[in-house]
Amino acid sequence: MLVSYEWLSQYVDLEGISPEDIAEELNRTGIEVEVIYTRDPGVSGVIIGEVMSVERHPEADRLNVCLVNVGKGQVLQIVCGAKNVAAGQRVPVALVGAKLPGGLHIKKAKLRGVESNGMICSAQELGFPEKVLMKEQTEGILVLEPDAPIGIDIKEFLGMNDQVIELQLTPNRSDCLGMIGVAYEVAAIFDRELRLPMTQDMPLQYEAPINVYIESEEDCPFYAAQVVHDIKVGPSPQWMQNRLISAGIRPINNIVDITNYVMLETGQPLHAFDYNRVQGGQIIVRRALSGEQIVTLDGVTRTCDDQMLLITDGEQPLALAGVMGGESSEVTDETVTILLESAFFDPQMVRQTSRKVGLRSEASARFEKGVDPEGILPALARAVQLLCQIAGGAVASEAIVKKVGDVEEMVINLRHERLVNLLGVQVDPEEVLDIFRRLQFPTEVTDEGYAVQIPTRRPDITIEVDLIEEVARLYGYDRIPTTLPWGQQPPGGLTEEQKARRVIRHTLMDLGLHEVLTYSLTSTALEQEVASLFAVENHVSLAMPMSAEHAVLRSNLLPHLIEAASYNHRHGNERVQIFELAHVYLPGHADETLPEERLVLGGLLTGKQPAGIWKEQPLPAGDFYKAKGILDALFARLGVVDVEYQAVAPHGFHPGRTAQILIGGEVAGLLGELHPQLAKKHDLSRPVAFQLDVERLFAAIEGPLVYQPIPRVPAVTRDLAVVVDEAVPVGLLEEGIWQAGGELVESVVLFDVFAGEQIGVGKKNVAFSLAYRAADRTLTDEEVSKVHERVICHLEETFGAKLR
Amino acid sequence: MRERLTSLQDEAAIAIANAESLDALRELKVKYLGKKGELTSVLRGMGSLPPEERPVIGGLANEIRAQLDLLIAEKESAFEEAALNEQLATETIDVTLPGTPVKLGSIHPLNLVIEQLEDVFIGMGFEIAEGPEVETDQYNFEALNLPKEHPARDMQDSFYITPETLLRTHTSSVQVRTLEKKEGHVPVRIICPGKVYRRDDDDATHSHQFTQVEGLVVDRGVSMSELNGVLLALIEKMFGEGTEMRLRPSYFPFTEPSVEVDIYHPEKGWVEILGAGMVHPRVLEKAGYNPERYSGFAFGIGVERIAMLKYDVDDIRHFYNNDLRFLRQFRSE
Repeated sequence: MLVSYEWLSQYVDLEGISPEDIAEELNRTGIEVEVIYTRDPGVSGVIIGEVMSVERHPEADRLNVCLVNVGKGQVLQIVCGAKNVAAGQRVPVALVGAKLPGGLHIKKAKLRGVESNGMICSAQELGFPEKVLMKEQTEGILVLEPDAPIGIDIKEFLGMNDQVIELQLTPNRSDCLGMIGVAYEVAAIFDRELRLPMTQDMPLQYEAPINVYIESEEDCPFYAAQVVHDIKVGPSPQWMQNRLISAGIRPINNIVDITNYVMLETGQPLHAFDYNRVQGGQIIVRRALSGEQIVTLDGVTRTCDDQMLLITDGEQPLALAGVMGGESSEVTDETVTILLESAFFDPQMVRQTSRKVGLRSEASARFEKGVDPEGILPALARAVQLLCQIAGGAVASEAIVKKVGDVEEMVINLRHERLVNLLGVQVDPEEVLDIFRRLQFPTEVTDEGYAVQIPTRRPDITIEVDLIEEVARLYGYDRIPTTLPWGQQPPGGLTEEQKARRVIRHTLMDLGLHEVLTYSLTSTALEQEVASLFAVENHVSLAMPMSAEHAVLRSNLLPHLIEAASYNHRHGNERVQIFELAHVYLPGHADETLPEERLVLGGLLTGKQPAGIWKEQPLPAGDFYKAKGILDALFARLGVVDVEYQAVAPHGFHPGRTAQILIGGEVAGLLGELHPQLAKKHDLSRPVAFQLDVERLFAAIEGPLVYQPIPRVPAVTRDLAVVVDEAVPVGLLEEGIWQAGGELVESVVLFDVFAGEQIGVGKKNVAFSLAYRAADRTLTDEEVSKVHERVICHLEETFGAKLR
Repeated sequence: MRERLTSLQDEAAIAIANAESLDALRELKVKYLGKKGELTSVLRGMGSLPPEERPVIGGLANEIRAQLDLLIAEKESAFEEAALNEQLATETIDVTLPGTPVKLGSIHPLNLVIEQLEDVFIGMGFEIAEGPEVETDQYNFEALNLPKEHPARDMQDSFYITPETLLRTHTSSVQVRTLEKKEGHVPVRIICPGKVYRRDDDDATHSHQFTQVEGLVVDRGVSMSELNGVLLALIEKMFGEGTEMRLRPSYFPFTEPSVEVDIYHPEKGWVEILGAGMVHPRVLEKAGYNPERYSGFAFGIGVERIAMLKYDVDDIRHFYNNDLRFLRQFRSE
């Protein structure tokens, strides 16, 4: 809502109150002011002049030499290029020294040898935005009313000194969609006198037939119509145009302007039909037929359904109720009689209609919030008065009213104790009464507090707590004290799982990974790029996505991690080590309304370390073992011990460099180098990624930590180097050692793996360091040798290992 | 015998003074003071002395031994010191070379802020509640006093999955879930951090996915002054003691009175950081709490907004671009 300060000052005493004061206090009491702006875009030295004569420039066909009377006996010769300039016009004249928006500075000039002492301005040159201009004002110079006073400042005449306060209204404050509502609010805040416009009843001068039938009373419980004759369509007076422009509305003609003006004033939208194009003066309000069409005022053909309401004359649709009038009954220059409509349309119906046809008008914006039923007839009377006063109208019918029931007076009881308890401040009852007086809510004192009558202009107030808020906002939120809630204080804190999530984040950070946060919504194409931990056939997808990129909920973290890595690579961040802890979304079972949200840990490592004198030792197979080491550190940190890696070859991964991770014997994750084709597509160098099902991970966390005694006897270490086929996984050898060695084996540490000519083709040498220890005694050489032999035998028999 | 001893002493003293290495010194020690050394061999002749001289000569011999020991020890430590100095000199390094890199990672700034908020509220006895991101229309809207045709639904245009399920538009959806779980018990004191979604085009100030922290307190006799107190505690912890806070009346269908909270930023002036209010009686009622007996307050903190203010970030898209040059800057606090 755009509020003209000039207009507002007519309805409420603003003596000594600036637009800035209003903005500050509105903000403080609950209506957000977006911005205050002046209508003046930087114009000075422009006054009204009269074109006395126009002659063709001797040297230029397109230029005219005009003599312009600018008052005080001064006549200026001005060269003007506009086609529409003509003798007798009143026009804005920028004098020598004038300033116009965009830094234009008017100087004395010679145009093709003819002296020019100023400039006749167009509306655009004065800084008017095109959207508030009538079509004929968008070309050539701005032609003013014939009685525009010569010599006065154009800013005064065009209302450019006005300031506009832009309100950001919350949906509950529809009462401020009209200047009168704003006036009530401002009067209450500043405790100032209201000076609302008085409507005079106009005498009935003709008898035009008019009939109104409401077929759908639910959609239209209140409809009023009145006929006005003898209309002379023309421009509306400048003061009215100025106020409309301040409110952001384009002046069109006096009839349309009056309906818009009254809407802006009262909040009640009105519509004027050309009476002679309403068959038989008959109005029938009914639901549209499915597929029924109407051409609206903007020239667009709208197709209706049976949930929409039409105003018809029995023959044809005249308007899409509450949204926009129809072209067929539009007021034109030839119109002499109009039928004026003022009504209440069901807010939900208007809202849905407006959404379905994709058309939001000033009228629909008000109807969909619910207009004040008590304001329908006053608005109609106000418009009739203005039509008679400024458009030559004469009343040609009574106001015909069709309505269902009456508005009941609403009284709400407010308990003083409740008010005090909820706000936590001892408000003085006198002050409460004073607030209701300022709001103009008739109030009586009761045993418990107050009985407050709610005016129909405030439909947002329906229960006690609404009144508490009303008191609180005018009392001032800044006067509510600051205390701490205390009563019984619960212990609070994180759950074990919440703690474990923090451990994951902080451990990975300490290990050099950066946490990223990517979108939950993705595309099916991306989802298919790389295998997920969870097989998903149908993704959880949006009913109406904004774009294909964000159409489904992801079941996999990797695609977005790949994108993040790729983004970094493109932006010169060569080394990328990232992780994300987030949900993936899996379609639930048929009997569940909501999908399953599963917490997953994803990570990705790629790119070379930046050059420097201290390089990390390059690992065979790049980051695979680095990532594995990171995961193992994380498992150790969390206390997860039963972890195995098994070679697998899922989609999107390098078939020879990928493992599934088993925790407690169940698949809980994937770790692998991404497939070279996928890596190439995203321009990544040897990316290694992992994904872990966090639920499985947490389930495997060992119970409370219990101290293990420090051994008191020394361990005996023996090295063991064997040659095996290259295909034999080291993990299996290690497992074999544990199995064969039994409980005396304390640790098995791999310290060398190599292949080469000296070992033999297709073979590799694997070397372990084994530690043997018994808790209760120092092992003898013999004991150790016996076990060690057993280990060697086992490796020989099971893996064809040869001792080296 | 006395002369032999003193000449031995002089000879040894000169030899020690002239010794050129630690090894030579050790040889001298054996030569003069060892078991088969010269001093011992002189003393072997003690038996031929008159008994009254024996203690005198014995005393002299001990004196000489002690003196030579001292000379050797002095000379030894001189050699050791020289050797050490030489070692230190050869081992000098360039201390300005960089350290061996141990690269730290980082926590995403939004999660960093969430952790800080969690810690502030845990200190005030709050628990962390959680709820689904794909939510029913019931919990996201209906139970929050936002029936289907409520105009305020326009304020947060949503991503629907089915007519009855959608991506939650705010973390307020956990309010009624939490209350239902508490089954009428008090006190309720929770916060819920999480992702939320609205149909917005992504630009410098909008993101279709963003982050909120919801808070809810329900108990007997909870008042707006307590809401005030909790918010002030929060703001001072997050932005420093003495940070100015301003409450403005506002409108949310699920709280009344509703407030919008601004803090004063030295460069930007008043900046809105969160919305809050007293829980609407209809919300309490729908969750099975009698509004005549219980009252409460709720708040919704925009995590991006807090992070942008706290770390002076000018574009919300930074949080989702995941550029390492941005992320790297967020160490834990």
